[in-house]
Order: sequence, then structure tokens, then C-alpha cells
Amino acid sequence: MATPTASTPSPATGKQTPDATVKWQHRHVIDSSKLSYTDVQEILNTAKTFADILSRPVKKVPTLRGKVIVNMFYENSTRTRTSFELAGRYLSADISNFSIATSSVKKGESIIDTAETLAAMGVDAVVIRHSSSGICQQLANHFGNRLGIINAGDGWHDHPTQGLLDLYSILEKRSCIKGKKIVIVGDITHSRVARSNIAILNLFGADVHVAAPSTLLPVDIEQLGCKAHTQIEPALEGADIVMCLRLQLERQKAGLIPSLSEYNKFYTINKERLQRHCKPDTIIMHPGPMNRGVEIASDVADDKSTSLITNQVTSGVAIRMALLYLVLSTPVERGQ
Amino acid sequence: MTSTTKTRLLKGGRVINPSTQRDEICDVLIDGEAIVAIEKNLSPDHVDEVIELTEKHWVTPGLIDIHVHFRDPGRSDKETTVTGAAAAIEGGFTSVCIMPNTDPVIDSMPTLEYVLQAAKNVPIDIHPVPAATRGIAGEAITSMMGMAAKGAVAFTDDGHCIMNAKVMRLALEYSKMLNVPIMQHAEDYNLSGHGCMNEGPYSTKLGLSGHPNTAESVIVARDIELVRQTGGHMHVCHISTKEAVQLVRQAKAEGLNVTAEVTPHHISLTDAALEGYDPDYKMCPPLRSEADRLAMIEGLRDGTIDAIATDHAPHTPDEKALALDEAPNGVVGLETAVGVVITHLVEPGLMSPLDIIKAMTLRPAEVMKLSAGRLEVGQRADITVIDSERVWVVDPAQFKSKSRNSCFKGMTLKGKAVMTFFAGECLMNQIQQTTSV
Repeated sequence: MATPTASTPSPATGKQTPDATVKWQHRHVIDSSKLSYTDVQEILNTAKTFADILSRPVKKVPTLRGKVIVNMFYENSTRTRTSFELAGRYLSADISNFSIATSSVKKGESIIDTAETLAAMGVDAVVIRHSSSGICQQLANHFGNRLGIINAGDGWHDHPTQGLLDLYSILEKRSCIKGKKIVIVGDITHSRVARSNIAILNLFGADVHVAAPSTLLPVDIEQLGCKAHTQIEPALEGADIVMCLRLQLERQKAGLIPSLSEYNKFYTINKERLQRHCKPDTIIMHPGPMNRGVEIASDVADDKSTSLITNQVTSGVAIRMALLYLVLSTPVERGQ
Repeated sequence: MTSTTKTRLLKGGRVINPSTQRDEICDVLIDGEAIVAIEKNLSPDHVDEVIELTEKHWVTPGLIDIHVHFRDPGRSDKETTVTGAAAAIEGGFTSVCIMPNTDPVIDSMPTLEYVLQAAKNVPIDIHPVPAATRGIAGEAITSMMGMAAKGAVAFTDDGHCIMNAKVMRLALEYSKMLNVPIMQHAEDYNLSGHGCMNEGPYSTKLGLSGHPNTAESVIVARDIELVRQTGGHMHVCHISTKEAVQLVRQAKAEGLNVTAEVTPHHISLTDAALEGYDPDYKMCPPLRSEADRLAMIEGLRDGTIDAIATDHAPHTPDEKALALDEAPNGVVGLETAVGVVITHLVEPGLMSPLDIIKAMTLRPAEVMKLSAGRLEVGQRADITVIDSERVWVVDPAQFKSKSRNSCFKGMTLKGKAVMTFFAGECLMNQIQQTTSV
């Protein structure tokens, strides 16, 4: 560490360090497409300093001591909720889980009323997972800067920490993604992960492609900054990174794909397809949870030489620590 | 002049009356309930009240809105006949057609008689449009003959589409005997699904389920075929897609009895308005693309679209505070219609004042076969005075409507109704420059 001269505490140590570079000005992280290149760089740099903590025997720093965070998860999620929870705890924040089953939501309380109640209890920030696209933006419209809001996945809209952790995981393996062909394969229409990644990967100059049967590609998807394919072969050709998306089994019930076996036959990422179209070191990613044998073959998922799936989980904690730190360190009056 | 009636002279305004193609500075003399003279330089002598106007004041037939939801009976937390009428008067409307998707549904004599009774307590014309099918269930047509005899001017399942083509055929055949239209809310539910906004680049970006243009146009196409078969009159409610406008254009060219209305929001806003996920921009049909918006204006210009109708659809703030996909469809519109239409159609020079007034008076009257909508000697004195230069900011807190769900909130509009007369009686006056004699 450099000589301590300035007054900003180092995020990782709590010590005073010369950190005049904090440009972060957001009380909310809701929309990947509204993050700037500088924002994302700052998140990545902050996450890097926190990643060290995860490999220490004592995984705790006092950075967010006295800060209160509530996980408001209206959709089932084990990994994202746990990831946020641990991220908060490693930073010494008080983080609690708001459980739908036992809450007033069961009694018909609106999410705005619930969040107001939490704010009145002194909560500094909420982490929201909800099935309605835009719910975080609606809450931000209501609260302004009074409450920090982090989107942990809203409907089909966005999942900013997923895009950020995916970028972080890639940059651990590749120094630069400018011009690299990154292919997102699967149910693009219903995927907040796809939207988050398209926005964030574009900021760093990646050549983003999406591939799915046309019934799982939303209209005008290319305007988000990607090339769309309905056939897997040209999509995979020469790809540097392949991201698989979970195929929700209800899509078949809705008639969007004729059968899982047909999907499996034409779109599953397996060794054979990868060997025929990709490079030996093409990176494989998946946001989890996986449907093994549906969107990804087990031997591909488990090949430690190319699969980043476990790294993604680890990166997720570091990224979420960084976001909690940045959002909770932004003074209410300065937040945008 | 009898001692019981009052004479009023609207002096010096710009009289705009589509039925006589009049658009000139002129005076209008009202005696009691009727218009008795429309001439230049009428003498103010022996007149009880003289209302001094200038050329910025358009003196028009009382405005007609053939598509409003007053939520009465059943949802007095959203609107009542009284508050709905107050909103109409504030917006310059003297005749409205009320939709039947109330609770209970207006689909039979008892509910029809209830709304007719409620209508007697307000000082404007309220024309009921009962359900075309029992319970708006789309399965069995209602007792249209009896209800038409009681004053029903059309039938509709509005808020719901008559999805069953056979039922639509029967409704058209039956209503044809009564010489009234079936107003169709054209939406194929299989295509629209749970779409909460227009399907297009914005729904993709925002991650919202999309309601495609075809959900409207396939039903309009189907119903035009049924009109061709039955000879009935199909009126397309709140048309919103360029494809449907083209279908109506072709049907009219063929001489088929097809008419259409468009809302002020579909001529002025697009689906880009959904970017902040504000449910006050959620309605059905949804705000469409810019190309669709322009097609609405072109349809109005060439007469393909007959009427401007607000689809005034009040909802409580609590309901509109829900997540976008859970919030109900609909926006209020009676109090902003004049301002939106003048700001978006007249100010940019897209339509003349005479043509927009026609789409808000004479044409809707003709579609629904109402006697109102004509500023002529001998007619009942339903008159609206519009200040075409009044610049104002839409503040829903000031609405006379019980609800606040306006997609024009905060907007600056030019043009506002400033006086509303029904049968000679002044119900609203924001000029306050009259001289009593």
C-alpha cells in the first residue's frame, strides 16, 4: 500500500489510504446499461481488493460495520441470496434475509410499503430479487436516495451483478476482451442474465453474439448490441467464450420449443460442437443452476481446464462485496 | 323571450362547426336550452348575459367522447357517474358513452336502468353502451333489443375482445337489426398473452412481455370479414396499429360499415414512455411505435379514423403503484384530451381546428347516431368554448376525476376547454369575463 495521506478508508483493510479515485456516485445499481465504463472499472478494481479477503483464513473486515442491508428475495434463489449475504457478512455489515413466507407480503402488502417499513427501521440498502421487470426502478422512483437499491434480478430485465461477475471471471483468464467473440446460447427472451451481459460486455468492446431458436429470441434483440443467430454452428464458429443460459423447463410447456430432445439435439453445448467450431481454450460459462444434459453437457461443465463455472461463483461474492461497499459508501446527498 | 329562460350571447369567438363547415368569427345566441342565432355582430341588447370572447376562443359543439369508463356501478373508489361527469365537463365534453365493464357488468335491464338513473343526476348526456355478451364472457349475446329500446346506443365487451368469431358474427347480425354498432376491443389474447407493453425494441430492452401489433390487426381483419358477411356495423375501439388502420381504410374504400376511434395518447406518445416502468403509461392497447403513432395521425387526417375518444379509464393510485406487470391497464383522459389534441395535431399544423373538432363532435355523433354534435340554429345548446392559446401544465392533483392515472402528468399543453354549456346551462366557466345585463 502507498503512504497513507488521504482520508478515504481502503475498502479491504479499513485503513486510511490515498484513494482519491473514488468516483462512484450511485445509491442504486439497477440497470447494467446505465453503468459507465468508469463505473464498471471501479467495481472491478474494488472487487479485486476484496477477492483477497475470500482466500484469507479470517474472512472478515470491518469496512461496513454498522451498515444494515436486507435481502428482499421475492423469487426463489439460493446462490444469489447466499452470495449477497456472505458478501455483506465478510464486510461486517448486518445483513438479514426478508422471507416472503413469513412476511406481510403474504398479507398483500405492496413492495413499496414493505421497503418503507424497512427504511423506517434504519436499513441502509436493500437487495431485491423479484419476478417483475422494472420493480427496482419503480422503487428507486419512489425512494430517490433515501434507500440504497441493488438489483439482484428483476424479471427478464436485468441482473447487473451477474454481468459484472461474468466480466470479472473472464478478465481473470483473459487480459482483454476487446474484439473477443462471446456467444450467449439459450433462452434469450426470458433472460436477465443475457441482457446484463450484453450491456456490460459491450462496454469493454467484446463482439457479442446470441444464439437460440427464433422463438426464444426477442424482437429487435440486435439493437442491444449483439449479433443474433438461430443456428448454433455459425454462432460458435471461432468463439472465444461460450455462455450457456438455463433453459426453464416451462418454456416447453408454453410451446416455445417443441421438445427438450429437439433443443438438446440442436443447441446443447457439448464437446463435439465445441471441438468442431471453437478453439481448444474456449472458455465455458454458466450462471447456474444448470440443467445438465439440456443446455450444457456434463463433461463440458466439469472440464476444469475450460469451465469457469466455479470461478463465477467465487467472483460473485467479490463483486457483491464491491457493490455493497460502493453503494453504502456513497453519501445519500451525493448519490445519483 | 319568456321570463323563465335566460338568453346568453357568446360574442366575438371563432365559431367552428363541422356540420356546416363553418369556421369564422361569429356570435352565438342561446335562448334557454336552444341555439337561436348564429350570425356576425348580433346585438347584445336585451340579452341577459354577454360573454365576450376573442378569436383565440373556439366556440364548438359540445364535445363528444364515445369511450369512457365511469366504473359505476361497483368501483366508486376509482370513479362514479358524478365524478366522471365532472371530469367530462372540465374537459369540455357534454356527451359521453359509458362502457359496460363495471361490477356488476351492464349487460341486462337492471344494471342498464341503474346507470340510466345515475345519469339523470348529472347535467350532461350519458349514453350507455351495454355489454355485447352476457357478463362480458364472450359466449352469449345480450338482450340487445330491449336495451336498445331503453337507450343503449351501441354494444361492446370493451376491456375484453369478443374472441369467438361465431359470437361476433351473431352480435353483428343482431345489432344490425337495431342499427347500432358493435364496438370491438380488438385483441387476440393468444397473441397478446400477458403482454404489458408494445412488443418491439423497448419491450426487449426493458425485459417486459410484449403485446404485438398483430394481436389487434388479426381481430380487425377477421371482423371486417364478418362485417362483409353480415352487413353489421363494427366500430374499432382505440385503434393503435398501422396495420389495423390500413385494414379499416381498405374496408371503408369497399363501402363496408366499419368505423374507428383513436385515443389522444396513441396520437401523442410511444412505447418509449415505458422506460421508467411507470404504470401510468400502461394501458391496453399499449402505446405503440413511432411508426404506429404517425399512422394514427394519418388515419385521422384522411378520415379512416372517425373519432377521437379518450378511453378514460380511472384506477386508484394504490393499483397504479403495483409492479408494471401487475398494475391495471388504463389512463384517465377526459380532462387532457383537448390540450393533447391541439398540442399534437393543430400546433404542428397536421390538422385544422375544423377537422379535429369534427373528430370530437360530428363524426362520433354520426358513428353512434346521436343528435348532438352540431352547432346549428334550433339545436340544443351544447357548446364548448376552447381557449386555443391557454398554456397549462397537467397536474393530476387538480383533476375533477376521482383518479390521477394520467400519462400526460407534468406535461405542458396548449389549449384548454374554458366553458362548457349543456342545454344552454353553463356548467364550467374559466373565463370569468362575462357581463351580466
